[in-house]
Amino acid sequence: MNEAATVRPHIVPGEISVQGVSKSYGAIHFRKEVVHDCSFTIERAKLTVMVGPSGCGKSTLIRLLAGFEQPTAGTLTLDGARITGPDRDRLVVFQETALFPWMTTWDNILYGPRARGQLTKEALEFGEFLLVKVGLQDFRDKYPGQLSGGMQRRAELARAMINNPKVMILDEPFRGLDAMTKELMWEYYARLFEENRRTNFFITTDIDEAVFLADRMLVMSNIPTQVRAVIDVDLPRPRKLSDLVESDRANDIKKQALSILHAEAMRSFSRGSKAAADFVEAYLKRASRV
Amino acid sequence: MKKMLSNPAFWRGVASIAVFLILWEIGSRSKQWMAPEFFTPFKEFLGAMGFKKDYLPWVGAVPAPSAVLDSWTAVFVDTSYWQSWYMSFFRVMSGFIAAMIIGIPFGLSLAMSRVAHGIGFPVFEVLRPIPPLAWVPASIIFWPTQESAITFITFLGAFYTIVINVLGGARSIDVRYFQAAQSMGASRADIFRRVILPGTLPSIVVGSAVGMGITWEVVVAAEMISGGGSQIGGTRGGGLGFFIWLSYVGGSYEQIVVGMISIGIAGFVSSELLRWGGRYVTPWLKAR
Repeated sequence: MNEAATVRPHIVPGEISVQGVSKSYGAIHFRKEVVHDCSFTIERAKLTVMVGPSGCGKSTLIRLLAGFEQPTAGTLTLDGARITGPDRDRLVVFQETALFPWMTTWDNILYGPRARGQLTKEALEFGEFLLVKVGLQDFRDKYPGQLSGGMQRRAELARAMINNPKVMILDEPFRGLDAMTKELMWEYYARLFEENRRTNFFITTDIDEAVFLADRMLVMSNIPTQVRAVIDVDLPRPRKLSDLVESDRANDIKKQALSILHAEAMRSFSRGSKAAADFVEAYLKRASRV
Repeated sequence: MKKMLSNPAFWRGVASIAVFLILWEIGSRSKQWMAPEFFTPFKEFLGAMGFKKDYLPWVGAVPAPSAVLDSWTAVFVDTSYWQSWYMSFFRVMSGFIAAMIIGIPFGLSLAMSRVAHGIGFPVFEVLRPIPPLAWVPASIIFWPTQESAITFITFLGAFYTIVINVLGGARSIDVRYFQAAQSMGASRADIFRRVILPGTLPSIVVGSAVGMGITWEVVVAAEMISGGGSQIGGTRGGGLGFFIWLSYVGGSYEQIVVGMISIGIAGFVSSELLRWGGRYVTPWLKAR
């Protein structure tokens, strides 16, 4: 670890505050509000997980946080400064992979420093360190198409971390992986967070994933998106999946979050949402089992 | 080489060509083997169907592969035949390269700039449906030499396909790549160089391959219509298209087929070259 300390740049975790944010799309008569008066904080040096039904506007929130889009109302600030556009202090790891298919793993990881003209000796060393950290040293000269799904996500984590962002934003990064790989990636990602304690904002639809990873859990409503509940996940770190399965506290938290999501689904079910119907059915099955 | 010889796909290819040649040979000798009395009812049937009685329809009128080979060995030593190869290749390549040099930047600017798209695209879309061959008379009038007229027409053949493919390719680059690059602090120039350009390359390769095919179609027709341009190096030196035309006018049917096969080979060679070049510039596509 001593060797690593010389290579690693100093991590400055940031804090994002979202205040009364709304976002609508479409022209006046066809206006659809996706996010409505949404407020929450992504606390410094914590792993905040946002969990909500699919299609509830979480990805819209990500685009707002990343600065790709501007809110219709309200403000988003990072350490007090308003978010006006994309910046490397808030990096997004996308759903599925957004690695550049035409670059090797190594070139993908180095993209940020290279694009900014900061390909210094330190950056290269840090790149080497991250490559080993994500366990891809043998896949350095492979293209993303030659990597497995899990490797792609890890390469993408490295590509974001080399820029030393204040906040990492992850949009369902492990979606589409098979169950085994997914669990492997959870433990892997949790360890990574526990080591560097950077501010992380993680979006998911998977309640198990949320409970295992989160320090704080934001349970979201259906569209238009609002925060329904904030749950502090006070499970000890470092966490292991095997411990968590037997933990009563973890199960309590899970039940608590599920009941909120269930109430939310019932509400939109009564408004005719088919996705909500699926959720209600799944919830009832699960409730009878737990 | 050894790998190729042990590959069943290779031998299937060889067998396919061999069977094709044998059937062709048999078919074009039909006048000989249909001579006996035995075939009279069949001949009557052919006659009733409106075909010539003495040989199999179509294939019986085509010179046999053996005759074509004879004729080929005769022109093989004729420098003007090779001059035709050179002329056609030269026209195809100059038209094609010009289409790449103009078409790729044009397509990219249409994709990247709303202003360029607004100004350039309507004109492009109006001109695009005009077949390159419809340009032959006009370009013979407009261009100072026949050579430049033919090159211009081959240029048009490849140009539209390349532009459309570049435009479509650049537009279909996943928006997340731009967002990722942008968040990591990339400048516009860097996004162009490291995202748009490599992201469009596969489409450029595909567009070029299709464009190359069209170029060969167009050059042959243009040579036939325009009379082969300046016939440097003898009467057979006006390009492969003109070579076919001359053979037709001169009544040498074997040579027509020689010309056709030559074009087939030329087209195959150029698209093979292109494919090889394409693989070289997009190494990530084969690496899956």
